[in-house]
Amino acid sequence: MLELKQLSKTYHTGDRALTDISFTVPAGQVVGLIGPSGAGKSTLIRCINRLVEPSGGSISLANTELTSLRGRALRKARRRIGMIFQEYALVERLTVMENVLSGRLGYVPVWRSFLRRFNGDDIALAFSLLEKVGLGEHHNKRADALSGGQRQRVGIARALEQNPELLLVDEPTASLDPKTSRQIMRLIQTVCRERNLPAIINIHDVMLAQQFSDRIIGLRAGEVVFDGKPEGLTDDVLTRIYGQEDWAQVRQDQSGTDTEKRSPAIDVAEGV
Amino acid sequence: MTQAQTQTGPTWQFRSGKQQLLRWAGWFWLVALTVFCWELMNRDTIWAFVADAPDQAADIGDRMFPPAWGYVNELWGPLWDTLNIATLGTIIGVVIAIPVAFLAASNTTPSRRFVRPVALLIIVTSRSINSLIWALLLVAIIGPGLLSGIVAIGLRSIGFVAKLLYEAIEEIDVRQVEAVRATGASGAQIIDYAVVPQILPAFWGISVFRWDINIRESTILGLVGAGGLGLQLQASLSTLAWNQVTMIFVVILITVVASEWVSARVRQAVL
Amino acid sequence: MSNTMPTTWKRPPVVLKNPFWRRVFYLGVLVYLVLALQTVDVNWTRVYEGLERGWRFIEGFLLPDFTTRWTDIRAGLIESLTMTVTSTVAGVLVSVPIGIGAARNLAPAPVYLFCRSIITLSRSFQEVIIAILLVAMFGFGPFAGFLTLAFASIGFLSKLLAEDIEACDHNQIEAIRATGASWWQVVNYAVQPQVMPRLVGLSLYRMDINFRESAVIGIVGAGGIGATLNTAIDRYEYDSAGAILIIIIAIVLVVEYSSSHIRRWVQ
Repeated sequence: MLELKQLSKTYHTGDRALTDISFTVPAGQVVGLIGPSGAGKSTLIRCINRLVEPSGGSISLANTELTSLRGRALRKARRRIGMIFQEYALVERLTVMENVLSGRLGYVPVWRSFLRRFNGDDIALAFSLLEKVGLGEHHNKRADALSGGQRQRVGIARALEQNPELLLVDEPTASLDPKTSRQIMRLIQTVCRERNLPAIINIHDVMLAQQFSDRIIGLRAGEVVFDGKPEGLTDDVLTRIYGQEDWAQVRQDQSGTDTEKRSPAIDVAEGV
Repeated sequence: MTQAQTQTGPTWQFRSGKQQLLRWAGWFWLVALTVFCWELMNRDTIWAFVADAPDQAADIGDRMFPPAWGYVNELWGPLWDTLNIATLGTIIGVVIAIPVAFLAASNTTPSRRFVRPVALLIIVTSRSINSLIWALLLVAIIGPGLLSGIVAIGLRSIGFVAKLLYEAIEEIDVRQVEAVRATGASGAQIIDYAVVPQILPAFWGISVFRWDINIRESTILGLVGAGGLGLQLQASLSTLAWNQVTMIFVVILITVVASEWVSARVRQAVL
Repeated sequence: MSNTMPTTWKRPPVVLKNPFWRRVFYLGVLVYLVLALQTVDVNWTRVYEGLERGWRFIEGFLLPDFTTRWTDIRAGLIESLTMTVTSTVAGVLVSVPIGIGAARNLAPAPVYLFCRSIITLSRSFQEVIIAILLVAMFGFGPFAGFLTLAFASIGFLSKLLAEDIEACDHNQIEAIRATGASWWQVVNYAVQPQVMPRLVGLSLYRMDINFRESAVIGIVGAGGIGATLNTAIDRYEYDSAGAILIIIIAIVLVVEYSSSHIRRWVQ
């Protein structure tokens, strides 16, 4: 269980990115985090595994307070949290297998990871995860030889290789076509269901968020303006999050233009 | 570009009056500086010697040809030494340059305030001083021979390799680093899994490039006693055996062209 | 599920995929290293004696003596700096026509080949070797050094300039040509604006190199601070040598810093 209390972040430039964010994510819940660009979605996700230092408030994961951790303890906490990135963020010149195994880095000593001598269980897990995401035959390929959708699957396998207690997902579909986007979202949803794994998915696309999450949190200018069931996302609520727009038209456009690479909702969101 | 209103109507000028003036002042200053330097430099030049140069050139040219082809048999040993100076020196330089580069790169240095300036100072010192000067010093300190040449080449290579390498480190994709950090990896593991794979091609390219330059430089280190072909060159020059000098030049030229070819091929392969 | 999966994995080799050739390669490297290290015969007693001198050199570097040999240092510095300026200017003046001649998109074939062979000749030999020949012809002193550096600059600048001209935007050249411009006008209106900033940058970079080289060619008699340094080391005056090296490093830093400033200002 993840619990955020009064989390705030002010960058040293003086920009206030997050203000008093509080919510709780119980086990197995997939949370869709939506909001316009610059609303603080990315910052929020990165505060949880401390890639960004929060400036106030508390974050606790299964009763471990994360905000005060340093050094080794911080790395031990990070290995409990899997993260899936925008545009995959694979190490492009390493093989697929090394990318997946890098999910174990928090568990193995430096000399083992340097010699690529991981435990047998870790390797077996990596093979089975690659099979699960449909890349069983690709383990010796270099990551930059894969297509976008395949790379994101490797990214998912890397996060699961950590055996995480929480999944943080940052714009998983940002550079994928609509069909692949849906496959990736379905895959993330499936693995969360199987493992009773809570996840926070930061996503531009309102339709995808509604379709694949149990709960939606809407962020605007660093504050929570909506927190509820996906069905609760009425035009009024969307206006509160994104600003004035003809939502009926947007929904219609989106369902009609499946083949388009970027869905209109993204453009709308960025136009605000 | 400006328009100026005059009695005859608007005229078009390429630059405004002030810019024009500044430009002319700049050119004037450059010409004046050059003339001044020229005068200063040639205060002690004996122009009779300079006027004599064509005759001298003809004389030397006469003695240089035909080259002493048979002399090549005495050059194999020095050539082998030259290659070893360049190769071993490059290895030493590269091995030392790697940690220096990581200490100098602003995204991997342990301390920007204290460690980074020291690393940058090492790089600047090594880069500013030519390998021949390093060799001159080392021959005076540890005596003539191959070791002085190897260390000289090594010392000069540190700055070159470390500078290019730390620039490569500073240009890596930070998202890959962030992704590895998010798995709970330690500092050493982040360097191993996220930084090294990204800079490896640049590293091999830089090393081979420096090796190629070192081959050129090691051909002359013998002039100050640090072994290799230069030693032979010095001997031939001091006995005015110009046809042997020509032969040495031919060997140097072939070696340099060959090493340039090798280096170009390897760089093509890794990049 | 896990127990049916393989529990070992080895990273596939990137180059030399055949294990036999990989072993041959490693063995070759090992054999080379052994042979190469054997040629280095080190006189350890000499090295040991040298350590004390090495320490004195480090002391000299930390506590340099600028005053004792100041007149020599000053004379050497003036020679080096004047050589640097004049040879860079001369090098730029000569390399502009040669660079244009060596650009495939502007020059006819015979001119192209002629200019390219000058560039190759200039680039093949070390500055020091050129200096040896020129000192033999023109006598000792900075004039030979000036010629050496100018000659070396020509190869360097012309080659890079020619590459720049060849990389020029073809559309702009065509557009100017379409107005009926002559060859000179094409060069002036289409090529010059495109390569001018780069030419300034390259000249400054070459000036930096010329200064560093001017410290070296003095060793073979071509004037400059190198001669002073050579004398200081011959006399075992490490504190004076340290002072000279510090001056060289400082000037290189100043030249590098100001040239990056000027380059930004030009662009």
